[in-house]
Amino acid sequence: MTDTKPIAGQTEARFTDIPSVRDALQSVDYLADEGIAGIVYLADRLGKPVLIEGPAGTGKTELAKSVARMTGARLIRLQCYEGLDESKALYEWNYKKQLLRIQAHRVVESEADGAAAAGDGATWQGIEEDIFSDDFLLTRPLLEAIRATDPVVLLIDEVDRVEVETEALLLELLSEYQVSIPELGTVVANQIPLVFLTSNNTRELSEALKRRCLYLHLDYPDLEREKQIVLTRIPDIGDHLADQIVRIVRSLRALELKKHPSVSETLDWARTLVLLGIENIGAEEATSTLHILLKYQSDITKAAKELSVAPNH
Amino acid sequence: MVAVSGPVPGGMLDVLTGFISELRGAGLPVSLTENLDAMEAIQHIPMEDREAFKYALAATLVKSNAHWRAFETVFDVYFSLRGPQWSVDGEDGEASAEAQAAAAEAMADARRQGEGKGGGAMEGLSAEELAEILFKAMMRDDQAMTRAVARESVTRYAGMEPGRPVGGTYYLYRTLRNLDLEGLMKRLMEAAKEEADGGLTPLEERLLKDEYELRIDQLRKEVEAEIRRRLVADRGAEAMAKTLRKPLPENVDFMHATREELVQLRKAVAPLTRKLAVRLARKRRHGRKGPLDFRNTVRHSLSYGGVPAEPKFRYPRPSKPEIMVVADISGSVAAFARFTLHLVHAISSQFSKVRSFVFVDGIDEVTRFFEGVEDITEAIQRVNTEADVIWVDGHSDYGHAFEVFWERWGKEITPKTSVLLLGDARNNYHASQAWIVKEMRKKARHVFWLNPEPKSYWDTGDSIVGEYAAHCDGVFECRNLKQLEGFVEHLA
Ligand SMILES: Nc1ncnc2c1ncn2[C@@H]1O[C@H](COP(=O)(O)OP(=O)(O)OP(=O)(O)O)[C@@H](O)[C@H]1O
Ligand SMILES: [Mg+2]
Repeated sequence: MTDTKPIAGQTEARFTDIPSVRDALQSVDYLADEGIAGIVYLADRLGKPVLIEGPAGTGKTELAKSVARMTGARLIRLQCYEGLDESKALYEWNYKKQLLRIQAHRVVESEADGAAAAGDGATWQGIEEDIFSDDFLLTRPLLEAIRATDPVVLLIDEVDRVEVETEALLLELLSEYQVSIPELGTVVANQIPLVFLTSNNTRELSEALKRRCLYLHLDYPDLEREKQIVLTRIPDIGDHLADQIVRIVRSLRALELKKHPSVSETLDWARTLVLLGIENIGAEEATSTLHILLKYQSDITKAAKELSVAPNH
Repeated sequence: MVAVSGPVPGGMLDVLTGFISELRGAGLPVSLTENLDAMEAIQHIPMEDREAFKYALAATLVKSNAHWRAFETVFDVYFSLRGPQWSVDGEDGEASAEAQAAAAEAMADARRQGEGKGGGAMEGLSAEELAEILFKAMMRDDQAMTRAVARESVTRYAGMEPGRPVGGTYYLYRTLRNLDLEGLMKRLMEAAKEEADGGLTPLEERLLKDEYELRIDQLRKEVEAEIRRRLVADRGAEAMAKTLRKPLPENVDFMHATREELVQLRKAVAPLTRKLAVRLARKRRHGRKGPLDFRNTVRHSLSYGGVPAEPKFRYPRPSKPEIMVVADISGSVAAFARFTLHLVHAISSQFSKVRSFVFVDGIDEVTRFFEGVEDITEAIQRVNTEADVIWVDGHSDYGHAFEVFWERWGKEITPKTSVLLLGDARNNYHASQAWIVKEMRKKARHVFWLNPEPKSYWDTGDSIVGEYAAHCDGVFECRNLKQLEGFVEHLA
């Protein structure tokens, strides 16, 4: 009745070395630096989940997706939100189906009338066993990842949004790669999947969770890497324009703003400039399109001023 | 598990153990699991890849970005001097030869005539020639060259002597003064302007300046690293690690923060307020029982054959508190008051109303500075410059400030109000007027006092916090962001 199985052998190493991880990521259009590639490599070797923290739009989610793509694995994603609970993350009993099953049982019972009164208890026990079996189980992402027989990458996105108490749900999974279901027993993974958790750091995650993970802080990429990202993601952009874009973005990130431009905003901006047929950015072009890069009016005003007045030195 | 690159070499285990104990000494919470993970991780890293070695340790041992700097410092001290095989940037190996070659070439370049002996190091250069080489290195973003110049400059200008009990900042200052970075910046900008025919647009100028600033910053880091390297050679890694130990941002004492630490603190406040706001909003939902949760009840009924025997409830929303912050902003406690005001206003959505008052010996309401502004830092700036807080001599007088407060705003305290009094209660031997706090407490929901001084100093000298404490719901030591965060969470 329980489908408890040991982890089938040991999962084979997926990568030979760090440079090959970096190359493979690049082949699916993800530009990694040595730190990123190194952690993906270690996650596989140590069989540990990776916790990725960092500002919005720096490629946290994209990294997990890219790893799935480059290993030819299926991506299973659990999007976290406040109020997420076991029934959405792990599994749920299909209670409608269960109720119907119970009702069917009652109908049979009343038809048989008092005649079977003696056997009643035993029958209920049978029913109970039946309704808490696999047929009535709804699999949610975490359980799905554990039970998968094909290669999967599990992405637990924005884990900082769930309550601390809900984090506890993840602990068993992340350290033992298994899930306990009271009515069914323990379900052990067929393989050790690659697991990525992302966080925007809106709250401190528990020590227990962090201890189980490798930690990667994804910050804004450096100039050269961001330029490569732009060139890769927007093939018809010129080298000169790409260079200007990332320099301006870098300067904006050095200002004190409410929200700094993210990589996705750099890309949006680059696309816009290409569409507008701009090949060289002057103060004019920059200030008139700043709203794509920055989200707050006060930031836009500040940036426009900084970009159109020569610095005093 | 999987194929291993090689066993951890004999001495490595000890080195790693020492390294981890130093990390703990610097305040990083490294658990036993993490310690073991680090040991395992480095077995999968080829020994010659120093960069990967560093990331492998960081990934297993450092679980918060705020701790990265502390990690890097300890790492540099530990592994830059364990012989060349532990140096991360390999500066003692080929890179150095490369830099030497580059130096020789640049020397020839600088002299134009090419009468230099070639292959020589930089010792033979005059100060002007060294400055010229540095200028060129900066122009071309030649990193090997920059490093070589940084080393030579430390040799020449820092005046380091073995055994001298002087800190690294002193040497850094001496070296940088001789390199005249401001003049260097000016020269770089002028050269760039000359080079660009048709001149630079303001935007171009701005981008160039940012670029050069980063390069100069790199130079500064190279100088710093070189000084550190020599100090470690002189004093040993353990001793150096100890002198370099700095508190982590969340533990920096408000009262003794250096200017640089204050900048870091300010940076740390922003994410902290976000964090607090999210957590508090979430917390508010917990507590006593609210309306019936239908779905949850049905789900649980199944264990009882479909009978809803165990009703489930949703969480209710308790009402939000009103806050009145009354803060001493004199001298040493100013930084503390600033952070508290900042924090409280940044999460003002968690309270139904926030009002702020600041005092020295006079008192003024400053709520208006925070209304409708997007930038709290700016509001705080205005509080410091525009609030009318001086009555007689600008020395804290809690008694007088409280008297005026009570007279003018006392009526507005309601049973929904939490009053926060902030300060060290160092009253310059004025009258305490503690009865006012007693009266406040009768009207308010709570009266709390936050004191940025260590507990052991309370009620010594002219501190009279005890007199006020008698009438408060609680007095909290609040010396750093961690304690402040803890308190605010407790409050909402
Ligand atoms: N290293 C990279 N290589 C290629 N593209 C990247 C890289 N980093 C970011 N991007 C681009 O930036 C976009 C935003 O990345 P992503 O959605 O992963 O950000 P995130 O860190 O998950 O942000 P959030 O915190 O908002 O969820 C991606 O869709 C991708 O196009
Ligand atoms: Mg994301």
